[in-house]
Parts: sequence; C-alpha cells; structure tokens
Amino acid sequence: MSKVLVILETAGGQIRPHSLSGITCAAEIARATGKPLHLLVLGAHPDAAAQAIAAAGYGAAAVHTLAGPTLEPFTAEAWADAIVHAARTLGASVIGGTASSTLRDALPRAAAILDAPLVSEVVKVKSGDTFVRPISAGRALQDQKVNAGTFFFTARGTEFEHAQPTGAVPVQPLAPAAANTRGAVVQGVQKTESSRPQLTEAKVIVSGGRGMREGANFKVLEQLTDLLGGALGASRAATDAGMVPADLQVGQTGKIVAPELYFAVAISGAIQHLAGMKGSKTIVAINKDAEAPIFQVADYGLVGKWEEAVPRLVELIKARKGAA
Amino acid sequence: MKILVCVKRIPDPDESLKFAGGGLDYSASKWVPNAFDEYAIETALRLAEVVGGTQRLAEVIVLGIGPESQRQQLTQFLAMGADRGIIVDADPDKLDTATVSKLIAAVFKKEACDLLIAGKLSQDNEGGQVPQRVAGLLDVPQASFAATVEWDQAAKALTVGREVDDGVEVKRVPLPAVVSVDLRIVLPKSVKNGSTPATHAYQEGPRLASLKGITMAKRKPVAVLKPSDLGVAVGNNEQVVGVAAPPLRKAGQKVKTVEELFDKLTKEAKVI
Repeated sequence: MSKVLVILETAGGQIRPHSLSGITCAAEIARATGKPLHLLVLGAHPDAAAQAIAAAGYGAAAVHTLAGPTLEPFTAEAWADAIVHAARTLGASVIGGTASSTLRDALPRAAAILDAPLVSEVVKVKSGDTFVRPISAGRALQDQKVNAGTFFFTARGTEFEHAQPTGAVPVQPLAPAAANTRGAVVQGVQKTESSRPQLTEAKVIVSGGRGMREGANFKVLEQLTDLLGGALGASRAATDAGMVPADLQVGQTGKIVAPELYFAVAISGAIQHLAGMKGSKTIVAINKDAEAPIFQVADYGLVGKWEEAVPRLVELIKARKGAA
Repeated sequence: MKILVCVKRIPDPDESLKFAGGGLDYSASKWVPNAFDEYAIETALRLAEVVGGTQRLAEVIVLGIGPESQRQQLTQFLAMGADRGIIVDADPDKLDTATVSKLIAAVFKKEACDLLIAGKLSQDNEGGQVPQRVAGLLDVPQASFAATVEWDQAAKALTVGREVDDGVEVKRVPLPAVVSVDLRIVLPKSVKNGSTPATHAYQEGPRLASLKGITMAKRKPVAVLKPSDLGVAVGNNEQVVGVAAPPLRKAGQKVKTVEELFDKLTKEAKVI
C-alpha cells in the first residue's frame, strides 16, 4: 500500500522542532487519503535520533532510517538521491515535510527526478489531492489540486501545530542509497550567534524597521526582547541597510513567523513584511507615523517614537517582574 | 562560459489584486519583471563583465517562456546587457512547474550552458521550485538562495554563500551548475568573478538599462523555439481550483500611552 512519507531534520540526536509541523500536515494528508504515515530520518548516523523519534511515534506506522556518509552535512544533491531511493523502496506516493531552507532546497530536486509535482508552502489540507497555499505575498489563498499518482508537498511551519507523541513505533533501517553530492562541498555554516530562541520557534518576537535608523539602536529592542525571552527580528528595510544580520529578516523573502506576541517597532508595514508576520496571535505596532499600514493589522497600535515608548515599556515590565 | 538566465513577467506586485469568479483577474494588470529575475540577470552580468576592461568572460543568454508576441519581455534584460535571447513559445498558464523546468533544462542542454542563474522564487506564484528542479533534471549540483557568488575560473567552480534558516552556508559547486539568487546578491560586493578587482563596489540593486543598451537591445538576436523543438511534451498536472482573499484580521485598537499599552498586554491580551 502506498504511503505518506515525511522527511525529518534532526540535530544532536533529536528531531528539530520545526519538523513537527510537517508531520501534522502529513498526518492530515494520510487521514484524507487513507494512507499510512511513515517518517524518514537521514544522516551519517541517524539511529539515535530515529530511536528518540520512534519512542514518541507521532502517529506514524514506522520510522525509517537511511544512513550514509554523504548525507552529512546536508546537501540537496545527496538528500534528493536518498529521498528518491526511500520513496521508491517504501512505495511512498506522497512525500514532504516542513518548508525549511533544507527541504525547500532538496524536495523540488527529488520531485523532478521522480517527475512528480510539488505543492509548496501548504497552509491547509482540503482533501487528499487539494491544498491551500498563499500566493502573491499572502494576498491571496490558492486551492491547488494535483493530478498525479505521486506528489510532493512542503508545509508552512507556522500553519500547523507541532505533532504530539502518541506511543512507540518500530525503527526500520533502509538499505543504503547511492547518494552523492555531484562534486558539491559544504565548507561550513556561518551561524548567527545568539542566545535567543530561533525566530521560527520564538513565542515573542520584537522586530525593528527602517525607523530604527542604525544597528546600534537595536540595543533598545534587545532589552525588550530578552526581558520577554523572545527573538529579535527585522524588516527588509533594516536588514538591507545592514543594521542587523540578514537572517533576522521577517517577511515574504525572509522568515515566516507566527508567535504569540509580535512587536513591530518603527516598521511601516509593507506587504512583503506583513506576509511574514500576520499570522501572529497578538500584534503590537509602535510607529510615529499614524498612517503607517502596520496599524491596519495591529491589535494594539501606539503612535509614538520608539526612543520613548520602548524604554518606558521595558521599565513597566521590569517593575511588574520585580513586584511579582 | 555560457550563462543562461530564465526570466518571468508577473502582474505588478504593487497593484492590488482583483478577485473575480473564483480566480484572479489580471486583464488590466501592468506586467513587470519578477524582481528576483532582475537580480539573476545582474548576477550573470557581474560574472561576465570585467569592470575597467572590455573583455567578456561569459555569454549571457536570457530565456523567457511565453507567447512569441510577448518577446518584448526580454528587451529590458537585453538592454541591461544580456547578449541574446531565447523565447519558448507556449502559454505559461497551460504549463505546470514540472514542464517549465523541463523546458529550461532542455534549452540549457541544447545550448551547452555552464551555468543557470534563476531567481529563488516568483513573487506571484511563489512556488520556489524551478531552479532546484532544473538541477535535478540536469543531474548537476545546485546552490539555492545565493547571497554571494565567487567564481574560481581556473577550477571551473563557484563558491556560493547561501541564505539558510540559521545563517549563511558556504557551498562550493563545480560547473556546470544551477544557482538561484536571493535578495542580497545585488549588494555592492556580493559577486566576484576573479577578474573585476575584488575591491570594486557595484551600485546596489539591478542595473538600469542605458540609452545605448536600449538601442542595442533591438539589434540583439532572439530565437524562438517551440516545446516540440526541445522534445518536451507539454503537460499540466497542477490545477488551480479556487482563489480566495485571506481572512482579514479584525480591526485593532489604538492606545494613547505606553502605560495603556502595557495594561492591555497584561490584562486584556494576557501575553506578558
């Protein structure tokens, strides 16, 4: 029987939290199609992570491992080979996972090798073959139907809950695949060092925009961020101007986020920024321009200068924490 | 060296969308180049030219898929400095992503190109798949979401800084290869070709076409091919069955003071 196969990412012997959203989307497809859900862990030594994942189960029938020295560090080339091999070996007809930079790189390549369509950035499963996905910077939602025996999907992480543990399932190793990098060599990843949570996983995000004027001014936002245990973000205007590193960018061309609480400080609210954060539960906008479009999506809008508003808010929160 | 750049025109993303009959009505839209495709051409030109010299290190071919009548969509890219154009004459609305990728791969092979440079996504459909698919079809390495590119001419390889979720990954790929470009590829020092002085700073963003470029563009050759010339069967197994406006966020409230904001956040929204 054909299967729904989810590709997982792991780090330090554990599933990466963002992968849990892809499982939830896949479980919905599995329910809609009546196909069983299977999980796949790739890597040089995937066993420890696979055991941990299998102990939680996440509603799957089994966790499969595919081990190979070329699967770490990640390359789209070797991963696509491995995913194609696993899909063929297991007879999977729906293959996907969370739309991370990893799977957005590898899955289209694998889909092309199998001559299968891919539905990207799914936000809702309508039926076993029809999916809702945002287009044009989130200004429209498209229902896309696939007419193919085998297809791929990527799920937008912010739109699906994390899968919950359901009970232990078996780990089944797959025979090794001929996975190679086509001569590509990963020389390293320059990580943005931060003690803060990842943008895509943070419950609170404080973002600054063009109105912050210079990088040093983000210190004020960092105080608020750290007080709330959040992550720091920025609009494209701020990252393009070099105020903060590029990977802090929230928006259509940056990270898509949906925290419990989002502060947009000195951000006007261009469509491309809104596309990245309007799924947030509570949005607070602080901007000196009363006409800024950000106020149209904000739950709470304060017209004022960040130079005065943010330090005052920090004081109030500190005072409350001190009193508690 | 031959560089192929694929480009697409899209309805102006700054115009508001018109919903009609379960779809989007683009009949009155202004059509503009996809911004990431402009970045792709800029990247190709920076690799091909030697600033301060007259030498060209690569031929830059711009590829569009669309009705032959719309060949002017390539003119802007030729005016920016691409050497020649290719149109694959087909109705893009009747092609799925898989077929578009096959057409691009077929042109790449037919022209014996060394490098495909493409935008990382189109701002209208936002599929974000085509470059990776083409790399898979060609069985060549890929460097997606490039923020920097350095060409090692002697080794026939590119070192690419890729925007990934937790930072920038540095990946070296031998040619032939596929590169998809992200926003920061058009910063002043993002592209180095080993011949233009490494200290050279470009003006940020894709270049504007010069008057001379516009005149010359009219004389540059544009070949027209049919999908059948490329041996690609046109198919479509993706179907858009509906388009709707996303739900609006309910109107929020303006607060007058930081104290009021703090009060709302703690007592009403209960988020801090």
